[in-house]
Amino acid sequence: MDKVDRRANGALKWLALGGGALVFLVLLAIVYQILSGASGAFDKFGLAFIFHKNWVPASNQYGAWTFVYGTLVTGVGSVLISTVLGVSIGLFLSLMAPRRVAAIIGPLVEMLAAIPSVIIGLIGIYLICPFIKTDIEPWVHSAFGWIPIFGAPQPVGNSIFAAILVLTIMVVPIIAALTRDLFLTVPGELRDGAEALGATRWEMIRGVVIPTTQSGIVAAAVLGFGRAVGEAIAVAQVIGGVPADPLNLFKGGYTGASVIANTFTSPVSNLNTSVLFYIAAILLVISIGSNLAAQRISRSFGHAL
Amino acid sequence: MSALGNTSGMVPNPMHTLKPSGNLRRRQLTSRLFVSLTLAAAGLAVAVLLILVYYAAKNGASQLSFSFLTAQLPAPGGIVPGGGMGPALAGTAEVILIATIIALPVGVLTAIYLSEFASRRIGRVLTTALEQMAGLPTIIVGVFIFGLIVQRAGPSAIAAGIALAIVEVPLIARASIESLRRVPGTLREAADALGVARWRTILGVILPTAANGIITATILAVARAAGETAPVLLTDQPVVSQAYQLDPRHTVATVPVEILQLLLSGTTSAVDKAWGMAFVLMGLILLVNIGARVWLRRSERKRGV
Repeated sequence: MDKVDRRANGALKWLALGGGALVFLVLLAIVYQILSGASGAFDKFGLAFIFHKNWVPASNQYGAWTFVYGTLVTGVGSVLISTVLGVSIGLFLSLMAPRRVAAIIGPLVEMLAAIPSVIIGLIGIYLICPFIKTDIEPWVHSAFGWIPIFGAPQPVGNSIFAAILVLTIMVVPIIAALTRDLFLTVPGELRDGAEALGATRWEMIRGVVIPTTQSGIVAAAVLGFGRAVGEAIAVAQVIGGVPADPLNLFKGGYTGASVIANTFTSPVSNLNTSVLFYIAAILLVISIGSNLAAQRISRSFGHAL
Repeated sequence: MSALGNTSGMVPNPMHTLKPSGNLRRRQLTSRLFVSLTLAAAGLAVAVLLILVYYAAKNGASQLSFSFLTAQLPAPGGIVPGGGMGPALAGTAEVILIATIIALPVGVLTAIYLSEFASRRIGRVLTTALEQMAGLPTIIVGVFIFGLIVQRAGPSAIAAGIALAIVEVPLIARASIESLRRVPGTLREAADALGVARWRTILGVILPTAANGIITATILAVARAAGETAPVLLTDQPVVSQAYQLDPRHTVATVPVEILQLLLSGTTSAVDKAWGMAFVLMGLILLVNIGARVWLRRSERKRGV
């Protein structure tokens, strides 16, 4: 190996390392920047901020509880629906559909994930919210009204419920794509074995496919949760923007990401900006936590998601 | 088998045993029910996609004209009719160009490092970092760049480009790793056997073989960045001029943020313009997505991968 080659080898290696190091540094810088931006609010309000309900920026009263509540409720709600739908679609695409059908429907479902959130929000405002108000709410209330979360229908369609549906549209394709690939990793011999023993298609899925991929499904759901929690624009457009924590999902609410999107560029004070950084820090913790959890779950059970 | 229990004591009758009855019949019905439910879930996702596309087309297609694509932005307030999306289209192109100029080398170098150089341990850490970056809420990226750049140097197209680069890097890197790993080991061994230096192998053999996958990933990342609202909203606002403004040191209009602003003003004329822009943006993004996938599939088939 001549000198030039040896130098070039080293140069390429260091250049490539530089790229990787940059990724790492940016991540650290993000954490540092968000935390240092939040320090003013943290010094003033402490951890109690997370559980305080008051939100009156004009008189310097800040508490994040309504946003934490909205974030968790919309995240959990949309992930529950999305997991059922996404896993079903994943099963259909991987094990049920003829290859040709899957080759068409699979990419179509992925297309759904490509639609920009601002457009989903736009359609949410003009199609989904009115539809919820006039059709879904009254029906759900009359059928399941005994559950407090499906309370009285509201005159406005913008609600936590609308945000859950909009997030579901965005999370389903993610879970569907992840679980489709997951189900394809189940060894064919196991599936064939179950069917050879006389199991029906569904019994094969329930007895073989789901148990062997359980942890991967959970990991996919957790990843979907992280995505739902971080979505700002589409949620800001349909959730109503009311800092409240109603039990009735048909009422308006707010989330951490959407309050940042709505008010970050027009703060009333420096404290206001710092408070929004604090909310971003809470989001960051939820997001990093769910990503790490998903990774750990899928790795510890040998599924590479 | 319990299904045969019904026939016990009867003279075996071929016509009879071929027809499932009793327990087996119930099991098969259950199975068929669940199989059709997964089909229904897939159908629902496709239906939602079609409804979204149709609804955007119904409201936005009528706006489409050459002058709409090139004209200056609508006047703020939404009272004066007229205006188009020219500066916003150009601004979006500029911002994603800046983002891609940064993200492409960083993403590809990171991928090269991970697939060619990294030890197992560092590889694991870096993969985790990339996954964290991919799972980061984009609004957090916006808050980060706001704190890092906007608070010091003011909002600009460059700030938005850097924010979008952070969105693009993990997308490009992760897909590039996939395609680098799919390069057949025989190619590498052949190059090694011929005594080719490592850097020549990587740049001259491995990278070109993986190029199609990397290009596709970059195009998909660009399509994703073009539709991002939250990071741009926090780093590239306010836009004061309705005219073409493309100096990257100042704010430029972008399509997603312009849609959001028009919605906020809420007048019929403004909302009509927003639909027009949404239709164009969605159309472009979906076409690019379909095009990139078709191109990748065809080029892979040609190479017989």
